[in-house]
Amino acid sequence: MKLARPQTLYDVPTHYCGGCGHGIIHRLVAQAIDDLGIREKTIATAPVGCAVLFYDYFNVDMIECPHGRSPAAATAIKRVRPDNIVFTYQGDGDLASIGMTETIHTANRSENITVIFVNNAIYGMTGGQMAPTSLIGQKTTTSPYGRGAHGEGKPIRVCELLSTLDGPAYIERVSVASPADIIKAQKAITKAFTCQVEGKGFSLVEVLSMCPTDWKLSPAQAVDFVNNDMKAVFPLGVFKDITSVSGENT
Amino acid sequence: MAQIKFNIERCKSCELCVAACPRKLITMSDDYNPKGVRYACIHDTAKCSACGMCYRTCPDLVIEIEK
Repeated sequence: MKLARPQTLYDVPTHYCGGCGHGIIHRLVAQAIDDLGIREKTIATAPVGCAVLFYDYFNVDMIECPHGRSPAAATAIKRVRPDNIVFTYQGDGDLASIGMTETIHTANRSENITVIFVNNAIYGMTGGQMAPTSLIGQKTTTSPYGRGAHGEGKPIRVCELLSTLDGPAYIERVSVASPADIIKAQKAITKAFTCQVEGKGFSLVEVLSMCPTDWKLSPAQAVDFVNNDMKAVFPLGVFKDITSVSGENT
Repeated sequence: MAQIKFNIERCKSCELCVAACPRKLITMSDDYNPKGVRYACIHDTAKCSACGMCYRTCPDLVIEIEK
């Protein structure tokens, strides 16, 4: 047995900060693509956000999308090339803020694509502004006294929101804050891609991730923040799974 | 015996692997890698069971394990 870099990932260093969860999630997605043997027919969309250089790390075809528009672009790709596997990789600012419309309607139409949603409760690339998923009381550069429930609203739970729709086939929330969680996240991401390969419809995996730099915490403290604070607001689990029902939702 | 290899030039010193190792075999170096940070390393490889927890936790694929 060998545990080493998945072939879908280029052998290059990433630009992410130390302790950032993106590197782990990249590996999990790449491993899922390797395991399913779909690298040659996968097309991804790169987001705007910390993962904007996503295309430098993945050995698959890639389109860079404007902020939040990944699901719309992925819809077009999938409809024009239905035999290809199409996935988007988006952060919380991208998916839950400017791209909320695209996300909800793509899920509602049950487009047969996979969405990897990285939730770190903050805008990373732009310098630590408040995101729709920031926690109550969380201090960011645009909520210096902490996010308030009345002024800014409470954090949006994307999995719960989308699971009320009839369209999505598979929705799960996982985390990368411990080795056990990472193993579960690997299974969820592989299942989401399998869902698309089998033509079951829209699949989304939300991954709770660490941002030590913009949270102004050490990597170890950032892991504790995910485990103690984020999981209390964003509980892990499967929110929708129709994959066992053949033919439905396609 | 397990072969565990650290690509120290890629290490960003986040120490997630140090916390992940169930046998607490991974430590941080006294010197610095080309990035200018202390890097993760393992001295007592004989005690390593190749469970892969460090590999799974590392965001930068510093660690490779073969057994």
